[in-house]
Amino acid sequence: MSSIAANWLNRSCPVTGLKVDKHAEWLIRVNAVVAVLAFTTGLVGAIMLALTRWQAVHLLPADWYYRMVTAHGLNMLVFFIIFFEMAALYFAGPILLNSRLVGPKLGWVAFVLMVLGTLMVEYTVFTGQADVMFTSYPPLKAHPYYYLGLIIFAVGALLVVTLFFASIIVAKKENTYQGSVPLVTFGAITAAIIAVITILHGAIILIPTLLWSFGLIPMDAEIYRLIFWGFGHSSQQINVSAQVAIWYLMGGLTMGGVVLNEKVSRGAFLLYILFISMASAHHLLVDPGFGPAWKIVNTSYFMYLAVLASLIHGFTVPAGMEVGARLQGYTNGLFEWLQKAPWSDPGFSATFLSLIIFGFLGGVTGVVIGTEQINIIAHNTLRIPGHFHTTVVGGTALCFMGATYYVVPLLFRKQILGMALARIQPYIFALGITIVGTSMIVAGLFGAPRRHYDIAFTEAPFQVEFPAAVDLALTFVGIGGIIAFTGGLIYVLVVVASVFLGPAYDDAAAKSGKASVPQGLLKLPPQVHDKELHDAPGSLVLAFVLLAVFAVYYFTNWKILSMIWKVG
Amino acid sequence: MHSGIVSPQGVWWKDAGKAEKLWVTIAFIWCIILFLAMPFWHIVGGQNTTGVRGTTDPMAFMERTNRFVTEFQVGEEKGIPVVAPPAGSHVYMLGRAYQWYPILKLKAGSTYTLHLSSLDFNHGFAVFPINLNFQVVPGYDYALTITPNQAGEYKIMCNEFCGIGHHLMVGKVIVEP
Repeated sequence: MSSIAANWLNRSCPVTGLKVDKHAEWLIRVNAVVAVLAFTTGLVGAIMLALTRWQAVHLLPADWYYRMVTAHGLNMLVFFIIFFEMAALYFAGPILLNSRLVGPKLGWVAFVLMVLGTLMVEYTVFTGQADVMFTSYPPLKAHPYYYLGLIIFAVGALLVVTLFFASIIVAKKENTYQGSVPLVTFGAITAAIIAVITILHGAIILIPTLLWSFGLIPMDAEIYRLIFWGFGHSSQQINVSAQVAIWYLMGGLTMGGVVLNEKVSRGAFLLYILFISMASAHHLLVDPGFGPAWKIVNTSYFMYLAVLASLIHGFTVPAGMEVGARLQGYTNGLFEWLQKAPWSDPGFSATFLSLIIFGFLGGVTGVVIGTEQINIIAHNTLRIPGHFHTTVVGGTALCFMGATYYVVPLLFRKQILGMALARIQPYIFALGITIVGTSMIVAGLFGAPRRHYDIAFTEAPFQVEFPAAVDLALTFVGIGGIIAFTGGLIYVLVVVASVFLGPAYDDAAAKSGKASVPQGLLKLPPQVHDKELHDAPGSLVLAFVLLAVFAVYYFTNWKILSMIWKVG
Repeated sequence: MHSGIVSPQGVWWKDAGKAEKLWVTIAFIWCIILFLAMPFWHIVGGQNTTGVRGTTDPMAFMERTNRFVTEFQVGEEKGIPVVAPPAGSHVYMLGRAYQWYPILKLKAGSTYTLHLSSLDFNHGFAVFPINLNFQVVPGYDYALTITPNQAGEYKIMCNEFCGIGHHLMVGKVIVEP
């Protein structure tokens, strides 16, 4: 049995000692490359959109503005993230479990399907045949190839998820690892299960929509919204699970973060699976199709149990880092573990900044606007993109960027070219996206709409005069956009340069201790400790600060709501 | 102890530490507060999303809106009728690319039942400057009880993308003292 497996395996990783399946390795590479390409496309869209919403610049004409909103959303939210997650699944399955990839040929078929689907969507969008936004709400209609492309992409993704599950089962059967799967793999399994739920929602709604676009069947606008968001929002929960798994991964690799308690962390992942698809309701809170009982139960994931899961990870991830550092001797005061953390390691800085931005900005604002009644003063305003740019971008994308600096040496076998730039990149990106997100939220608090070409309303029949604060906030969306764009561009350049031009990261380079790679790879912190420790006072303080911010923002919103017209 | 990439050996179902227990308990209580706040606001709060909800035929809704306009029209602005319905009555607002139809003239402090629907695409009924937003879906009639609390000229933006002229779609509600 082990000899069969041995045929598939060609080497061990010199740093972590993990065996590396060559098919899994190549599939990680190609998926990561396409992810970066999609990211670059989305990034070009991002800067154009930011410079258009900055009213003084107002870069694009109206048709290209809306087209780029569509293209930016799809490339970032769907193609970049899902291709990256496919790479993460190949890593968390075969590689972390020391096993072989089951059905490598199917892995390649899946990759081709996903690329084909992506190209169909890109083609219809950029030729102006799918100006329907990421949401494509009927009766807005795109070219049938648009829906078909999404379906083909989803079939490919479903295939990768299936291979991941198969690899895990085979790894268990072939005893490639002892004990239970690692927490990181458990998190990836969570993401994969949610991916199945998500893709099924996608199939249930996109297949009828494709038929509708051919004129074969009617389509109910509200039912579409309900099921589409079972796909659209759940796909963001794949990101959350994958991101939390990567937080645990990077916490371990960069500073020797430990798992405080397997039961608690795994239980929290389980809560994601159980409740996450209810989040479809977040988009339907001020819709005519649903009653208040349905809205309350669903928007709250049945008593906010998925929010509880995030609150738990929000504590256990930094607490794991803290305990890991304390076990290594950084025991002074509340925050020595944080002061002495490897802030110049982009893997660490990206992870920690992602944790802070996701928690304090993305998470808090998301729960607040997802409150049934508060949604009345938030729905479709710039508060919505303000929220998801601080979850998906400041949280997930930033954390994926940090992981990339480890993926390049570990799997592409290349050293990082431009390590100095890589070190500052997470800070630039985090700063930029924080400015973008908070400025959007400020503008949205005044009612400035999202996905809107011109809030100066120069050609509209009636004038809407937003206060100067909104103009200023949109200016900051532009400035923050330029900063974030710079950070994104550095990421792309460093990664592409390293992959294609970087010096090899072979066994000799790894053993020399002088390779141009992140600190955690030069000297992997201890992953196992004999001692047990459960006190994380610094992280507990951070958690309570988060709770205080959360409560203040939450009750302020109820106060603002209470001042508008009575409605019900 | 071990990191997240290490396979745990043996039984890992262990009691959580003090800090974790404390945080999970407090976080759970906070979640319950968040949950109960919503039904609580239905009882004591003035802003809810309940309404009377039903399906409608877009053409039928337009005809109903036209009858409403004919009955209570008091003027016209930029080609759009201005309609002043009596307090307590049913009022109609139709969204269509790229116009809110008609212009409403209401009395501050009076209560109306506002019917929202669309002739074509999804639209977003967004009242400026109070930042009150509802989704308008073709085929659905959303009848909301509203009580404007302050006189003034309110603009209705569209905040759901409805096509290339989306940003030109602005309507008006005039609230008289």
